[in-house]
Amino acid sequence: MKRALAIMVGAALILLLATLTLVVMPYLQMSAEQVPPDLKPYTEQQQRGRQVYIANGCVYCHSQQPRDPSFAPGDKARGWGRPSVPGDYAYDKPHLLGTMRTGPDLFNIGARQPSIDWQLMHLYNPRAIIKGSIMPSYPFLFRHVEEPAEGDKVVNIPPPYGPESGKIVATDDALALAEYMLALDHTYPAPTLPKRQPKSDQPKE
Amino acid sequence: MTPTIAVLLIITFVLSTVGLLLLIWSIANNQFSHGQAAARTIFSPGEEGHSEDPARPSDLPFTGDNSEQAAAIEARWAADQSSRTAILTWLSSSVFWLLLGSFFGLASSIKMHFPEFLAASEFLTFGRVRPVHLNAVTYGWASMAGIGVALFLIPRLFKTSLAGGKYAVLGGFIWNIGLVLGLSAITLGLSDGEEWLEFPWQVDLLFVVGGALCAIPLLLTAANRQVEHLYVTSWYLMAALVWFPILFLIANLPFAFPGASGATVNWWFAHNVLGLWVTPIGIGIAYYMIPKILGRPIISYQLSLIGFWSLALFYSQVGIHHLIGGPIPTWLVTLSIVHSVMMSIPVITVAINHHGTMMGNFGRLKDSPTLRFVWIGALMYTVSSLQGSMEALRSINVITHFTHYTVAHAHLGMYAFLSFILFGAVYFIMPRLTNWEWPWRRLISLHFWLVSAGILIYVVSLTVAGWKQGVALLNAAMPFLDIVKMTLPALQARTLGGALMTLGHLVFAFHFIAMLMRHGAATEQPTLFRPAIKETTQ
Repeated sequence: MKRALAIMVGAALILLLATLTLVVMPYLQMSAEQVPPDLKPYTEQQQRGRQVYIANGCVYCHSQQPRDPSFAPGDKARGWGRPSVPGDYAYDKPHLLGTMRTGPDLFNIGARQPSIDWQLMHLYNPRAIIKGSIMPSYPFLFRHVEEPAEGDKVVNIPPPYGPESGKIVATDDALALAEYMLALDHTYPAPTLPKRQPKSDQPKE
Repeated sequence: MTPTIAVLLIITFVLSTVGLLLLIWSIANNQFSHGQAAARTIFSPGEEGHSEDPARPSDLPFTGDNSEQAAAIEARWAADQSSRTAILTWLSSSVFWLLLGSFFGLASSIKMHFPEFLAASEFLTFGRVRPVHLNAVTYGWASMAGIGVALFLIPRLFKTSLAGGKYAVLGGFIWNIGLVLGLSAITLGLSDGEEWLEFPWQVDLLFVVGGALCAIPLLLTAANRQVEHLYVTSWYLMAALVWFPILFLIANLPFAFPGASGATVNWWFAHNVLGLWVTPIGIGIAYYMIPKILGRPIISYQLSLIGFWSLALFYSQVGIHHLIGGPIPTWLVTLSIVHSVMMSIPVITVAINHHGTMMGNFGRLKDSPTLRFVWIGALMYTVSSLQGSMEALRSINVITHFTHYTVAHAHLGMYAFLSFILFGAVYFIMPRLTNWEWPWRRLISLHFWLVSAGILIYVVSLTVAGWKQGVALLNAAMPFLDIVKMTLPALQARTLGGALMTLGHLVFAFHFIAMLMRHGAATEQPTLFRPAIKETTQ
């Protein structure tokens, strides 16, 4: 029993060491990181849109973390933006960095596609805008009505993707998700982004 | 480099060095040196040199050359029977979740190249079907089957009956309730939002309780143990059962880690689920099954213990290689890359032991289903781990990150390594529990070839396409949509591979149920891939 206990305690201690280095220290360092002054907190509607993004698993195909152009040149060249810094995610609970790029990075989708009509149409059926896209359509975020009521957000879908008669209107969830997409605009400068050192490495101070 | 980071770095290095020194100290002080005596604890007295295998050749099973040895075999039979209810609870559940997870995986795969497939329902949209697949196969299939096999091995390794088996049964029920609630929550859109941690944290408590209930029989049985040496398999199993609850609890602390630091916790957890939970279970099982079936001990017991502690030291810190190039401190990424590369030490020690023990016995792969599944699993552990170390290097990762290459790698590990070993273990265990042979040897063969062909197509197609995708993503000259189109044939091939694997699982589940219902005939002759050498019938 003594030896069995020793193994288990040893195993737990090693894991605690890893927790210290990979959980506690990064947390201490990154929570002290400066929040960029131009970064706005999410509005209530954007936050709701973020929940729709989570509920429908957008993160499984879209990242939100452009890499440094000196490391991975494609990211910036595709217009995905400057490399992100910890401060950019100060209001993100939970984080949605993502690990897959079946679709493009969305860190700056609000700057690339600032039209809410584009966003809604694309959500209703991505192929209505981009032929050959493999993104799923999200018809359940929209309603099909014969006659839109006062205040309904009508989405004009080009044929043959729309219904034969009547109109497609966005639900509150669709509007919130589109507003969240527009909020994904991190084109402001990042004050904490490390400055590129000049080639001749000068002594620091 | 700021002073804070320098201090942090120094602390991590000091701590790692202390760990290494402890390791050297314990080797120097003979903490490990039971040598080959310990490696032989898996055999009953006099059993070494005799194979224990449902697929043994036509000679009679070893029952002992004298009364003492026969009594030991009898006691082992009693130990096997003692854990039956608990094991069957976990294994039967795992087979169910394997089927469910396979169908959801297949559906996700089809959706990737046929986006309108089942797209009208919000409950079956890709972004919910995919996490249901991952969670069902990870926490349902792999974890439950792993715990089931552990419950079988623990009494055998400690040479005593399973004590407190009812806690494990209760734990199994709670774990299943957790899965039902968690997977339903994902389907309803109530995911927590982080990969591998989708279940709402309220549901996660059920897994912590269910897992803790399995630790009770482990501790009680360890207290009753009748062996002097703890065989290396029990090291891995005990450590895994300690690690998982800690990991799961910390990673699921609600509201604790926002933003980028949440990402580090997320991937610290996600890779540790692989490295400190399913990997030790898989390696531990292989460390038992391979020598047991061959009837010869592993070639180096010392090496196996070095492998164990270096796995613990290095694997626990590799997680952040999932965030290379991401918005987190560079020292953190570097730390994980270093540990990822260091992982080749435990991997190579395990490889020497597993494959070295096999040397000269590869002929047995032809007839033993367990050995074939387990050894191929062990081989794929070596392959996928070395591949993983390579993938953590910045120059490789810049290509493979964010692509299907990673998905192929994940399946090489979770499926070709872990699931193969679990399949092999189930083929070994079930006849021991039910005192019944597998009814149809051809179904075992069919299962093997379906899943082998399936995973081969899966891994090869996505590895090639993922690499090309990664190279193309780095060069903005190629439009994004062209990259998508380039990967389509591989995504279709993945559906083919996935369909074959799902078919194989249906065969496996059918056979498993038939076994439980005692179909077929009770045979004296164990079920082989091939008919055993014909007995002379003059």
